[in-house]
Amino acid sequence: MIDTFTATALWGAVVVSGLYHGVNPGMGWPLAVSAALMDRQRSSLWRALGALALGHLLAMVAVLLPFGALMFLAEWQDPIRIGAALLVIALGIYLLFNRRHPRFLARVPPSRLALWSFLAAMAHGAGLMLVPIYLGICQTIGADTGHTAAARLMTGNTGVAALVALAHTLSMVIAGGIFAYVVYRWVGLKALSRSWFNLDLVWALSLVFVGALSLATMH
Amino acid sequence: MNLRPDPTFHATPKLAMEAPAETLAFTLMLSPDGNQPDGVAVVDVDPNSKTYGQIVHQVIMPNKGDEFHHFGWNACSSSLSPLSGHAFLERRYLIVPGIRSSRIYVIDVKEPLKAKIHKIIEPEEVFSKTGYSRPHTIHCGPEGIYVSTLGGGGEDGTDGPPGIFIMDCETFEVLGRYEMDRGEQDKHYDFWWNLPRDYMVSSEWGLPPQFENGIVAEDLLSNKYGHKIHFWKLRERKNVQTIDLGANHQMALEIRPAHDPSKDYGFCGVVVDTTNLQGAIFTWWQKDDGTFDAKKVITIDPRPEKAENLPPLLQGFEAVPPLVTDIDLSLDDKYLYVACWGLGEMHQYDVSDPFNPKLTGKVELGGIARGAKHPNGKPFAYGPQMVEISRDGKRVYWTNSLYSTWDDQFYPDDEGGQMVMAHVGENGGLTLAEDFYVEFPDGYRSHQIRLEGGDCSTDSFCYPSA
Repeated sequence: MIDTFTATALWGAVVVSGLYHGVNPGMGWPLAVSAALMDRQRSSLWRALGALALGHLLAMVAVLLPFGALMFLAEWQDPIRIGAALLVIALGIYLLFNRRHPRFLARVPPSRLALWSFLAAMAHGAGLMLVPIYLGICQTIGADTGHTAAARLMTGNTGVAALVALAHTLSMVIAGGIFAYVVYRWVGLKALSRSWFNLDLVWALSLVFVGALSLATMH
Repeated sequence: MNLRPDPTFHATPKLAMEAPAETLAFTLMLSPDGNQPDGVAVVDVDPNSKTYGQIVHQVIMPNKGDEFHHFGWNACSSSLSPLSGHAFLERRYLIVPGIRSSRIYVIDVKEPLKAKIHKIIEPEEVFSKTGYSRPHTIHCGPEGIYVSTLGGGGEDGTDGPPGIFIMDCETFEVLGRYEMDRGEQDKHYDFWWNLPRDYMVSSEWGLPPQFENGIVAEDLLSNKYGHKIHFWKLRERKNVQTIDLGANHQMALEIRPAHDPSKDYGFCGVVVDTTNLQGAIFTWWQKDDGTFDAKKVITIDPRPEKAENLPPLLQGFEAVPPLVTDIDLSLDDKYLYVACWGLGEMHQYDVSDPFNPKLTGKVELGGIARGAKHPNGKPFAYGPQMVEISRDGKRVYWTNSLYSTWDDQFYPDDEGGQMVMAHVGENGGLTLAEDFYVEFPDGYRSHQIRLEGGDCSTDSFCYPSA
């Protein structure tokens, strides 16, 4: 029962973190509004959103898969989880003190939104934030299957990685899409500066929080 | 860093027009002979204030001989693009370069009446990190603060071409050159861009020996000043096309793209056509295939004048050239203001159709061999020069000095610094405000104006007004 509860909570975290990334203008939804206004057609909004989602999804997969692959070393699961949690905490602490946005991101032309979205997610540790959650999910699945063959476990973990990345990106694109469409269609760009909060501090703290929670709930 | 975007950042030009009107202006004070240090004057432009039309604060520099010319903000509305990644900068610092000294001052104007120097970048740092000299135009953009320069390396600034360098928008550290592939660009003046369309346009004045000690008549008559505009892929830092406006179109200066980024055109002012002394405005635009084109859309004729009334430089021509030295476009992209510094006129053109401008307003003030007085009866030295438009487009401010040594050549008998303002009529038209006339302190001339909270030549917008 406890595992079902944990699993639900972890999947909830995957979705909530997606919503959180999605509503943050810094992750890109205003670019979808801009695209639709520049091209004077609504379809450009969806196309831009698709490019942003694709970049984000690839960034998630790129970070989650290596960790998933490591988990086939069943007896090393705990050290791997601890290592991942510490890594996330370290990045959070680093971002707490270094709030500077990487300048190379400004070199990406506006026409290459998928690339920008991928790099932005990598640079800000959006994928890394999911790692402790993802490893937790892997463990809830693998908890009772001590005898499962490593190969099967690995395939399973890869599948879970894909699912986590998809669920997260889907909730992100839905949240960002709603914001973009509402601003584009009804409320106008005045809402842009009103809905934009400096989340740098919150973001860094969430990384620390996710890592710490993962350490605390390890059993 | 703010927790919310700076309230003076606006997503679209339309939103900027709806923002509260400016109450203060920052105007550069320059000492033409370097006897006194240059400074920044804070001018009260709030008609409801008791000190309306007065200089209410001055920031005087610790060095002499900087020669202030153009300046700009550390941050503007361009920060509202997620692509730039610095949405929470404050519009707080004025970046003020000395074009003679190559020294750059960063002035903190968070409390405008207590504005003070925040940082000084010494010329050696500019030289060693960029190989450029004579910093000039400032724009805040995707990679930080972009600074155009008029000189290359070496004593007289001719060792290598001038260009643009980038400064960090938070630490104000000089980071290095912008260009990766400059193509045939070998002179420099102004630059601006269209951020979502990812292009930049730059222009040409002349090299330092062609302006520092005054205009070189032989160079002008042999068409040796700049006459080309360059188009760049902004983020690739690459010159992709150069358009020669024709060698007779000497000194292609201000670049004014439409503020609304969905429009793919802009303007460039040409000081003088050496075949007929006309001033000219070109419209440049991006074609469907992504390349650019340019076309002359406005010409302003010289005025015949007896040689005895003219400065020595112009006596042989028996005419006053208009000398288009500055242009500025209102935020709704409707009116283009053209300073005719020689004639002593400020023109207003309706450029709603950028290929068919219509003259809708004109003010005469100062001017060579004319010296038209202000409606309040006071004199106006030189002619209308640096022009700045309020965000709402209802007020147009301007000052009178072009460049110390050039002022003395074209107006040998004039001296002084003034700043004036004209009201824009409901359907165009331009009328000087009798109650706004700022006299600069003795020994100072006045140059570029920046309005509190942004104006029509500082902010780059990333979203169309739609």
